[in-house]
Amino acid sequence: MKGFPAAARETLRDSQLRRNLGRATTTIRAKRLATIAELDDWEALREAGSAIKARTMATLPEQLERLETAVTAGGGTVHWARDAAEANAIVAEVARAHGSDQVIKVKSIATDEIGLNDALAERGIEAIETDLAELIIQLAGERSSHILVPAIHKNRAEIRALFERTIAKGEDLGWEATAIADAARRHLRAKFLSVRVAVSGANFGIAETGTVCVVESEGNGRMCTTLPEVLVTVMGIEKVLPRWQDLEVFLQLLPRSSTAERMNPYTSLWTGVRAGDGPREFHLVLLDNGRTNALADEVGRQALRCIRCSACLNVCPVYERVGGHAYESVYPGPIGAILTPQLEGIENRPSLPYASSLCGACADVCPVKIDIPSILVHLRGRVVREERSRLDPEGLTMKLAARVFGSRRAYERAQRLARIGRGPLARFPLGPLKAWTAVRELPEVPEQTFRDWWRTR
Amino acid sequence: MRAALFVTCFNDTLFPGTGRAVVELLERLGVEVEFPEEQTCCGQMHLNSGYAEQGSALARRFERVFGDAEHIVSPSASCVAMVREHCPEVADRVRELTEFLVDVLEVEDVGASFPHRVAYHPTCHSLRLLKVGERPLRLLRAVQGIDLVEIEQAQECCGFGGTFAVKNADTSMAMLSDKLRHVLDSGAEVCTSADNSCLMHIGGALRRQRTGVRAVHLAEILAARE
Repeated sequence: MKGFPAAARETLRDSQLRRNLGRATTTIRAKRLATIAELDDWEALREAGSAIKARTMATLPEQLERLETAVTAGGGTVHWARDAAEANAIVAEVARAHGSDQVIKVKSIATDEIGLNDALAERGIEAIETDLAELIIQLAGERSSHILVPAIHKNRAEIRALFERTIAKGEDLGWEATAIADAARRHLRAKFLSVRVAVSGANFGIAETGTVCVVESEGNGRMCTTLPEVLVTVMGIEKVLPRWQDLEVFLQLLPRSSTAERMNPYTSLWTGVRAGDGPREFHLVLLDNGRTNALADEVGRQALRCIRCSACLNVCPVYERVGGHAYESVYPGPIGAILTPQLEGIENRPSLPYASSLCGACADVCPVKIDIPSILVHLRGRVVREERSRLDPEGLTMKLAARVFGSRRAYERAQRLARIGRGPLARFPLGPLKAWTAVRELPEVPEQTFRDWWRTR
Repeated sequence: MRAALFVTCFNDTLFPGTGRAVVELLERLGVEVEFPEEQTCCGQMHLNSGYAEQGSALARRFERVFGDAEHIVSPSASCVAMVREHCPEVADRVRELTEFLVDVLEVEDVGASFPHRVAYHPTCHSLRLLKVGERPLRLLRAVQGIDLVEIEQAQECCGFGGTFAVKNADTSMAMLSDKLRHVLDSGAEVCTSADNSCLMHIGGALRRQRTGVRAVHLAEILAARE
């Protein structure tokens, strides 16, 4: 792990990435604004979404047990996975029980989080991504750089070249987007019709009815959840919703926040299994993988409200420039900066809470009103308290500064020192000053402070 | 009317001209300005960097120093946002300069004249935490001789972010270079905002690149009689 500053230094050099991301996020930002402006009750919807999620988190064990009961009653099987290894083993076991050495996949960040594809490959099972963007990055051997648009860092020319190297070998796909997409369509159609086991994530799982919901745009999800004989859904435990009626709120919030659509093209809902309709076997894997740790943090737990819309990525001035890979996680952007350290342990990701200028744009757009800047600050506090040694230079400087600001005399003395030190400091900048002067002049320390002037007038 | 000036440690030490401009402007408008000399820092740097204990102690100190003031006025949106969130004792009495002018004094034309082409950068904390909205623009539009120009993507962060500018220097620079491009594209000779911290960042780069464009705090424009 490079840490955010170093990883960002690399991605910032990628001019193609900067151009692709700048264009894509600017477009989606404008579209989102226009789409939410159509609803008079948008703010009320956000309030409702936030309240439903907060209540769900407060009663999570109960909701999950209700979900288990309802799914089981509908003929499904519920598995509980403490971590990635347990979840991967469960999925592999199901595939193996059906003698399948291939699974087709609906786009799912939870399965990316647990590294399912690699875990299956180690057991001789090939995972085939069927979402167009997921397919693109799988073929390219890369990682997703955006929650919703995993290949947002790639443009048409790059995708065409990739397909002509892989699934459309020897073909000339031309420059038409439809022709390039058609190569993927032909490749995938064969898989939909032949592979017997599918793996999905879940946008929502309804405790009341045992219904699982997947929201998508391409129809590949509908194919995967209806055509194969067996369906395995890996769902983070925070995705449970208490009531069927709660979908009314989230199915409005999610598409408008993510793709700036009034309604997403495909909403698949299924409840257990039904003879003669869809998969004959349904497995629901409830995944913890660090979520209960996040739930234990009174401030940080808000991050579990996230519905993965990616609105915070699209408005984030940091994300727009560094791209998803700089976060070194399947959860990039502002939500990643607060979620990843909590899921993976703050000791493993101490630079992520600092990957923000605290501009607040994310908090303004979050459909479930996660106060991302406050959580970033809270997690910075945890880094300071839990991860820094007592001799850390920054910590010592901050303590000294607090003492200086704690007394008028010490503060005025420091002002005089700044005046004396300004020459040498500007000429031989060190540490933070050096980072500053790389592209900016230092301000000149004036002869007279404001308070000096005030006294003389 | 009396008002206590919360000049901020940053302006006190590095940008005294902004503090002087606030005093001049408010006195011109008939306000009796006080300056509680015990004031130092509100604790924002500590709180935002994760040093909650030290930051809270400074916030409590702030409440003691400004406890008696009827109105507290400051030329920093960022520090006012901090005080409003973390100093409940004085939260409803503290106002950023443009809020004080428009909401309390109920003026828009403050009698300034500043015959220059000016681009206004709405800082994140004035925009999203204080929600000052159109107030700065209403004040600027009433300035005689001013040629106010808009910048593209104006609402996007300039990349300062306090310690962010040095902890994530490369990302900060990338954000700054886009902000500079928009400022330069506007043809402005002056870039202004309600926070000298952002202006130190933007202005520091404008000077480094010898663009000839100046960064000037809003208070100094409103006090100007050129």
